[in-house]
Amino acid sequence: MVSSRTFSVKRQTGFGTIALLCFVLLYVPIATLVAYSFNAGPSIAIWEGFSWRWYIAAWNNQQIVETSVRSFVIASIAAVVATTAATMAALATTRTRPYRGLNFIYGFINQPLMVPEIVTGIALLIFFAIVKIWTGYTGLGYLIVAHTAFCIPFAYLPIRARLENMDLTLERAAADLYATPWMTFRKVTLPLLWPGIIAGLMLAFVVSLDDVVITELVKSGGQDTLPTYMLGQLRRVVTPEINAISSVFLLISIVIVTLFFFLNRKQT
Amino acid sequence: MGRAGSGERRSAIEAIGVSKVFGNGDDAVRALDNVDVTIRENEFFTLLGPSGCGKTTLLRLIAGFDFPTEGEIRLYGEDIAPLPPFKRPVNTVFQNYALFPHMTVAQNIGFGLEMLGKPKAEIDARISEMLKLVRMEELRNRRTSQISGGQQQRVALARALAPRPKVLLLDEPLSALDFKLRKDMQIELKRLQHETGITFIFVTHDQEEALTMSDRIAVMSKGHILQIGSPRDIYDRPAERFVANFIGDTNFLEGQVKEVHGSKARIALNAGAEVEAGISEGANPQGNVTIVVRPEHAAIQARPGADALKGTIENIVYFGTDTHFHIKLASGPHFIVRQQNRHGAGEEFKTGMPVGVEIGQNAAQVLKD
Ligand SMILES: Nc1ncnc2c1ncn2[C@@H]1O[C@H](COP(=O)(O)OP(=O)(O)OP(=O)(O)O)[C@@H](O)[C@H]1O
Ligand SMILES: [Mg+2]
Repeated sequence: MVSSRTFSVKRQTGFGTIALLCFVLLYVPIATLVAYSFNAGPSIAIWEGFSWRWYIAAWNNQQIVETSVRSFVIASIAAVVATTAATMAALATTRTRPYRGLNFIYGFINQPLMVPEIVTGIALLIFFAIVKIWTGYTGLGYLIVAHTAFCIPFAYLPIRARLENMDLTLERAAADLYATPWMTFRKVTLPLLWPGIIAGLMLAFVVSLDDVVITELVKSGGQDTLPTYMLGQLRRVVTPEINAISSVFLLISIVIVTLFFFLNRKQT
Repeated sequence: MGRAGSGERRSAIEAIGVSKVFGNGDDAVRALDNVDVTIRENEFFTLLGPSGCGKTTLLRLIAGFDFPTEGEIRLYGEDIAPLPPFKRPVNTVFQNYALFPHMTVAQNIGFGLEMLGKPKAEIDARISEMLKLVRMEELRNRRTSQISGGQQQRVALARALAPRPKVLLLDEPLSALDFKLRKDMQIELKRLQHETGITFIFVTHDQEEALTMSDRIAVMSKGHILQIGSPRDIYDRPAERFVANFIGDTNFLEGQVKEVHGSKARIALNAGAEVEAGISEGANPQGNVTIVVRPEHAAIQARPGADALKGTIENIVYFGTDTHFHIKLASGPHFIVRQQNRHGAGEEFKTGMPVGVEIGQNAAQVLKD
């Protein structure tokens, strides 16, 4: 048999054990976290029966509601702006003749993926401090701008992938059939690009929603997002309330990632 | 040449000294090299040549997706370099169809007219007309991803025809079809071209398709146009070895030019006989030359005449409608004679028999190279 001669990592000794270990490390803590969010008692380690108590508590916690809303506002605006910018960047890097410095531009756009977050965070902190002195503005704008900036590469990657996989003769066919460049974009490129744009949008949204480091550094007083609030809570009393919020957070992420997966599958 | 009066027709497309170079430096590819061709109005013009000879490149230059490195392309006498593709009254049937996957069959066909800003009623009427033309009425609202390859090809054709372009470029539009549909579509295309009066520039690497459909054929190789002529010209009077080889089966014989008079030359063949052979325009054969003889333009004889080539039968291949005799000539080369199977004819020949080959009047042509 041919297949028995090809290399398969599955048949290496220890493969099963290592794989099992990885799964345990990844999922047991999460499963525990979710399980204890339903704990009836006040402990995150001693099980006292099932209840929705902590979900209700979280729902009634004014601060949680407030920081959640702030997180969603920031993530929504940042994702939309970042995706718009990323779409234009992707068009400019795939729908033009290859030009000198294109690789430099790729690097430039993807910079947030490569520069350590803490460095970007501190840079923004200092920069915004100067701007604050000049303008006196201390609102949510700084956080939104910061999130937009580091979300761009996440939105850019799926959009560019989609554009690169698109058959260029389709756009040529449109031009051949009297469509101006703008009409070609509207009638052919954009409709075919939508799955990529949506995927980019969702990815940017999740990344923004999840951010701690940059947010922690850039936020002014009273501008906690849900993750930074949770982090703050952990330093004080820890109740299954934190499990409950985390579980909801997890659920939202799973829903978005699943949607992302299905949209990507439709592409091929 | 071609149809009567075709010489007076206006030129639809002219390529003048067109070259196209891809890349630069050492890996530069000369996809087209100094191509000159005039395609007349209302003509069914075919570009015939093997894969990679530059057929698609020439179409792309005409459609405006790319620009010539050198030379000029004219549409009805005017240089079209300043016109972007969407302003050229030229439509293309793409080699890979390039149907819009997010639209229905009808939307694809109506796209060109919609972009031209035609009223909806007119677009709908034209879509119906086109669907009927390509016999696809029942698939009007299908997605293009849900129809077969052959059906996609027909939609691509309908889409390119719908805006009634002045010139239609067809890049191997029938290559994905099965034999029967292909034959049907060949007739259909020919009829369409006749009825619409649109100039067709048709690309194929199928020589039979080129011969049956075209008014004129340009045979291409490695970025050059080797010969342009009617199917009969190309087949009966190939100017170059490549053309003779690429189209149909051919016998090549070596000989010496004895005398030239007008468009004929008298050739003493190395195989031992003398023949009258035609000369291509502009050629001036001298000394050693090669002549070509199509297998059906020669006859096999059981009792060879004085001016026949002598040989023995090596192989007999029966094809139903005709028979191929593979003959080894006494002087060395092989020669194939094709004979139509009339009832009982040819049955007297057996392998190993000594025979004669008679080359018919006007059957031989001198090659330029
Ligand atoms: N964009 C390009 N960049 C570089 N080389 C190219 C490009 N397009 C075509 N070529 C080269 O130019 C030559 C002619 O290509 P072309 O597509 O015109 O061939 P063709 O006659 O249409 O062949 P086929 O019958 O296979 O479609 C080929 O050698 C090809 O490799
Ligand atoms: Mg081609």
